[in-house]
Amino acid sequence: MLEGTTSEIRERKALRVNPAKTCQPIGAMYAALGINGCMPHSHGSQGCCAYHRSQLTRHYKEPVVATTSSFTEGASVFGGMANLTTALDNIFTIYDPKMVAVHTTCLSEVIGDDIPMIIAKAKKDGKIPEDKIVIHTNTPSFVGSHVTGFSNQCASTIKYLSKSSGETKNVVNLFPGWVEPADMREIKRLAGAMGLDYILFPDTSDVLDSPQTGYYKMYPDGGTTLEQLEAMGDSFQTIAMGPLCSQAAAEQLEKQCNVPAKVIDLPIGLKATDAFIDALRVAGDVSVPEEIDKERGRLVDMISDMSQYFHQKKVALFGDPDHLISMTQFLVDVGMTPAIVVTGTPGKKFERRIHEICADTNPDVVALAFSDIHYLHQWIKQNPVDLLMGNTYGKFVARAEKNLPFIRFGFPILDRVGHRAFPTVGYAGALRLLEKITDAFFDLRDRNDSDENVELVL
Amino acid sequence: MSEETANGKGPLGVEGPSPAEAMEQMLEVYPKKTKRKRGKQMLLNDPQTPKEIGANSRTVPGIITQRGCSYAGCKGVVIGPIYDILHITHGPIGCGWYSWLSRRNMTKIRAEGETNYLQYSMSTDMQEEQIVFGGEKKLKEAIREAYEEFKPKAISVYATCPVGLIGDDIHSVCRDMKKELGINIFGFSCEGYKGVSQSAGHHIANNGVFKNMIGLDDTPVEAKYKINILGEYNIGGDAWEIDRILRLCGIHIIGTLSGGVSYDEICNCHMADLNVVMCHRSINYMAEMMETKFGIPWFKVNFIGLEGTKKSLRKIAQYFGEKELIDRVEEVIAAEMAEVRPVVQDVRKRTEGKTAALFVGGSRAHHYQDLFQDMGMKVISAGYEFAHRDDYEGRDVLPHIKVDADTRNIEELEVEQDTERFNLRNTVERKKSLEDSGFDFSDYEGMMRQMAKDTLVIDDISHHEMEKLIELYHPDIIGSGIKDKYVIEKMGVPCKQLHSYDYGGPYAGFKGAINFFKEVDRMTSTKVWKLVRAPWHEDASGEASADAELANASV
Repeated sequence: MLEGTTSEIRERKALRVNPAKTCQPIGAMYAALGINGCMPHSHGSQGCCAYHRSQLTRHYKEPVVATTSSFTEGASVFGGMANLTTALDNIFTIYDPKMVAVHTTCLSEVIGDDIPMIIAKAKKDGKIPEDKIVIHTNTPSFVGSHVTGFSNQCASTIKYLSKSSGETKNVVNLFPGWVEPADMREIKRLAGAMGLDYILFPDTSDVLDSPQTGYYKMYPDGGTTLEQLEAMGDSFQTIAMGPLCSQAAAEQLEKQCNVPAKVIDLPIGLKATDAFIDALRVAGDVSVPEEIDKERGRLVDMISDMSQYFHQKKVALFGDPDHLISMTQFLVDVGMTPAIVVTGTPGKKFERRIHEICADTNPDVVALAFSDIHYLHQWIKQNPVDLLMGNTYGKFVARAEKNLPFIRFGFPILDRVGHRAFPTVGYAGALRLLEKITDAFFDLRDRNDSDENVELVL
Repeated sequence: MSEETANGKGPLGVEGPSPAEAMEQMLEVYPKKTKRKRGKQMLLNDPQTPKEIGANSRTVPGIITQRGCSYAGCKGVVIGPIYDILHITHGPIGCGWYSWLSRRNMTKIRAEGETNYLQYSMSTDMQEEQIVFGGEKKLKEAIREAYEEFKPKAISVYATCPVGLIGDDIHSVCRDMKKELGINIFGFSCEGYKGVSQSAGHHIANNGVFKNMIGLDDTPVEAKYKINILGEYNIGGDAWEIDRILRLCGIHIIGTLSGGVSYDEICNCHMADLNVVMCHRSINYMAEMMETKFGIPWFKVNFIGLEGTKKSLRKIAQYFGEKELIDRVEEVIAAEMAEVRPVVQDVRKRTEGKTAALFVGGSRAHHYQDLFQDMGMKVISAGYEFAHRDDYEGRDVLPHIKVDADTRNIEELEVEQDTERFNLRNTVERKKSLEDSGFDFSDYEGMMRQMAKDTLVIDDISHHEMEKLIELYHPDIIGSGIKDKYVIEKMGVPCKQLHSYDYGGPYAGFKGAINFFKEVDRMTSTKVWKLVRAPWHEDASGEASADAELANASV
């Protein structure tokens, strides 16, 4: 396995090997799926759209429908206006969505298609029905990563749709960032338990975890509705989770509709969930109900019960910045030692945050943005760790390193199903993560210990 | 069930409207231009005289196609599986990332010291700076770094959409780096917008492999019956099963293009005496070019399905024409069939008369009809994503195919006879005498000749047409891909992925057939579809609400 990987690290300036990121449009597609009745549209050649749909489908085991402008060589030279106009006509006639959310690819970005102009012309020419909406975002694949695409889609949706009526409502906007449908469901549960009226955007629960009924719905029940998207401009506050995913959208709404924004980390782990609950408490001027206190207490109880197994265990992590920041904090909180934390997404801010979090326990932590899994692997060969956390691609590293305990975390997870069913956010999600960590350690012991050392009780 | 079923069993042998009516219903929703275009890409089959189908034409924007791009066809399909070439995608990160281990062209290292580069995704990870100032410098540096890091035998470079637009000359970069590093380095201009589908990428890949690898190594191969398998990508281990059977027969495979194959094997594969073609669409160019240059004849085989496998083995034996081989092939068939027969007999009890529909890339929509036939199942509709008219109608239409504007820029290589190596084998005379006795070379009869009369043939099927097909005929199983799988299954129909095999396989050859029979049996007899309705929805009012739900659900 990965026999070409040696422990010798050479500096690479041009070659990316085993990336810890992918490109913008898939993030835009995912965010657009969190809008009710929305068809994501990829303005580029059709390969991108096929790849993005396939990869999201492999992750969720659910239908992921999107349309494409299907550029040919001619359109690539002369511009994609005719393709997008034809596409909009076909989409509304055949598939009747409430809304189409256009994103771009490197192709249409390089040729410089003016999407708002094309949309305006299509509207004028009657290719877009009167009661239908087309929005767009620019998602050049050669800038940032899939997370950037998610962020761009969220900010653009607000730019197009959110309005301020001048009357502030007693509603809080929750931007969950790029998390799973199960996480979005958990965030809604917690906000509900706190007694708050909220609007969650985007919301892929009941879209990418829809039930089997024997009937296919192209536009499932879930997703933030148009009314909600418009009404977000009247909310009294936005709580934006995950700076990279949600800050741009929150700032856009602040600028556009004067809704004050509070940006916090993704509520993964103890302290980040505390911050989320506290933000809800302060925003709503409510007290935290006893049931949430109990949930938190059960988490702290498990941390203390299992402390001996976590203490100073070295962990290597890779994935997306917002996820990694919260997860690194959680690992530090339970007594573990994040040793190397790698993201493919560019941005020095990420490296600073990781260093801050680890300052007390491991000032030598290696934190790298715009890096890759190949580098992470080579580093592990030189500095063995006890645990690896990351998306499915980590399994090859784990196997190459003699079945290093490995926990799937982040996007994409192509070879397990739990991520779509159970949250990792909130206290409940943190309990699940702890269970996974202890299971990974215990499974390794049970498998590798000699007979006389196998324990009945752990 | 819909009203149309009141007509009873239609010409497709299932309940539902006539196929002509079904076509009408599929088309009626479309805007005028779309309707006209799609109307040319579907027809009622006539196996005697296949009708002209509008294949390999541009995709209708916004229709929800299954198709991918030229990069996928070139890097993802044809060259990507060669395991000891280091493959570098020149472009932003997505293309390299999505084609990283997502096709199951299986590989194992066969010699000490080799490296399997398929576990790696390598890319120049183009940034804005390269879009503005050009990416050639970064590509050169990436090739240098890749060589330093891995010391491969060869490096290949793949262009993605922006590369052509910003004018990076990957071929001159490859030539320079080949000189500098002293290993074989070559590029593929497979920008995603070229052609109309993966198919353009196949052609570009064929040209590149032919120019840069085939014929580099003239070492003679010590074996009596030497062949290449062209267009077999070892999905789920298919090529290994084919290899197992051929070995039992005493036939040696020099190169499989390109499942589980090494760089050296490809460079040497012109030493074979015969090319047999599995996937006609992706590799027929290579078969033709190798015949022109080296004189190696080719014919089509199909190792999917029992009859196909038997026929293919016998045809290879007949080509070599030696009694020893012909007898050995019969012995192998008899021994293998003894294992398969009880499985077929058992499975057929449950599968006989069931229906299937197949919508797969450019060859399996045809090949797998054999396997369903083996189980007594009927294929009521089939189509390809990106095949050409010859794959539908047979190679005899080749002279009549018009190359349209979208495909015109795909290079056609001028190939000439190799003056020294053309006559290395004694095949020319043998070929002639076989042909005189009625043996077909360079043949492919196409999918439609095998399909029943009035079955529905649909090229580049749209999401809407797929939904309509299920609504009208509710086939017992559909063979398709990952993007459709869960759409189809949400409608209560099992979907067998015929690209990835749902992570199982092999399905080729005899052992593969057993795997497939058991899998289809499981899928068409699983209890899960009976669990969909909750018990509290089973009373009369529950049924009424389910009907209402059905009405709401239709798009």
